[in-house]
Amino acid sequence: MNLSILSEPFFIRALLAGLGVAIVAGPIGCFIVWRRMAYFGETLAHAGLLGVGVGLLFNVSITLGAVVAAILIAFLLLALKRQQQVATDTLLGILSHTALALGIITIGLVTGAVTGHLDILFGDVLTVSRNDVITIWIGALAVLAVIAYLWRDLIAISVHEDLARAEGVNVQWVELVFLITMAAVTAFAMKIVGLLLITALTVIPAAAARRMANSPETMAVWSIIFAGIAAIAGLLMSALYGTIAGPSIVLSASFLFVLTLLKSQRN
Amino acid sequence: MLKINPALISAHSLGLKIGMRNILDDVNISVHDREIVTVIGPNGAGKSTLIKVMLGLVPQTSGHIHKRDDLRVGYVPQRFPVSPNVPLSVRRLLTLTHKANDLELQHTLAETGIAHLIDARVADLSGGELQRALLARALLRTPQLLVLDEPVQAVDFDGELKLYELISNIRKARGCGILMVSHDLHMVMAESDRVICLNGHICCEGAPIAVQKSPEFSKMFGPKAAAMIAGYSHHHDHDHESHEHSHFSDFKPSHGHKH
Repeated sequence: MNLSILSEPFFIRALLAGLGVAIVAGPIGCFIVWRRMAYFGETLAHAGLLGVGVGLLFNVSITLGAVVAAILIAFLLLALKRQQQVATDTLLGILSHTALALGIITIGLVTGAVTGHLDILFGDVLTVSRNDVITIWIGALAVLAVIAYLWRDLIAISVHEDLARAEGVNVQWVELVFLITMAAVTAFAMKIVGLLLITALTVIPAAAARRMANSPETMAVWSIIFAGIAAIAGLLMSALYGTIAGPSIVLSASFLFVLTLLKSQRN
Repeated sequence: MLKINPALISAHSLGLKIGMRNILDDVNISVHDREIVTVIGPNGAGKSTLIKVMLGLVPQTSGHIHKRDDLRVGYVPQRFPVSPNVPLSVRRLLTLTHKANDLELQHTLAETGIAHLIDARVADLSGGELQRALLARALLRTPQLLVLDEPVQAVDFDGELKLYELISNIRKARGCGILMVSHDLHMVMAESDRVICLNGHICCEGAPIAVQKSPEFSKMFGPKAAAMIAGYSHHHDHDHESHEHSHFSDFKPSHGHKH
């Protein structure tokens, strides 16, 4: 086994990028778990794929395309939630997979072959550039700052939306900002674990953290720790055994979750 | 009753229409200091919706609501699903949107009888304990108006009696107005100053005794309603449509019945 790979600059960059995504995946994942929004996150990611396709089509940044598409579909969902014709989860299923299908077709038409873009679906953290790392950390710190600022309100809404509203929390505003941060994280994490596995990277560490925590704050911290460990372990696995990095990170998170099941739940 | 102060909160010709359905129709309601006003009615009568409209959670489609300036409201919602996903202690539940020191928390929890549960997990509370925690949460804001939507749900019979006693004591000790939704007619009749029978519109309203005798009330709660105090059975058969208006005199008839 050749361990010299671990000190290669590309591997260091991958580690830094992975940890940058982990620190936001942790708290975002907690809110996704608390508010039962996993399917919603999945829909944003699939919309991101459509955004990538449109970005390629018009030759603009695919990251920008992904963020914009994710935000647009979030707005669409918020608007459609008010109607009573179709149940929300059915609606999510329709929008999510329509976006996925449209995205794959668009990318296929633009580039000739979708298979050349598997990195968008599964991530390609081992090829991140120095600029990517810097962008990810700036974005991550910005998202963390927003979440810290809205923290109390977000938790109040997660516990009981109507009660929070009755007690003066501006629910619509907080939701809007949270959706935008979710969309942003989707775009950042695209490069690391790929669009198909973003929800996994947010939800699994948070689910593992639940068993360790006795308050929302400790759960968020544990969630960051688990996401970070998963990023490091997944990258090591990838480096040492040649597995694809993104899925390796997610698999590591799943392994951590199974480990926490061994702990008896006291909190 | 002399009303020197204006009402804490009052709604005038309140209406809510969703699509073609009239959820609320021409509802007038007010709550004053030290007054317990209880809204009763069958399932789907719009009781919780009325509460939500009055709290500003759902916008009305007609009518208006007037609140006393800087009115402090304590609200206990009907459904409080405790997600096991969120790790939450009682202490934290009480301070979600309102900062309070330990002494205040202890004091308020003692008032609702669960001071010993301050560090308990919310997910571990029984139905009655959760209602008491939510009540303490509302009281922590020193409300002038308490809004309680089905405060005795998921509570056993003995617990119900104690909770109503607690609510009655809170009114006496704090002098706040209480707007309550309830299905438990027995206790409602004992503790309320005014009862409002709602079924989209106000069917009848007035002092408990008067409301009990009203024909609208027996229509709403079935033929045994007269003997209701002796034993209230959970029959909400409501055959409004088949009945014509009856005459009644000893309570305030509501206007605007549209059958």
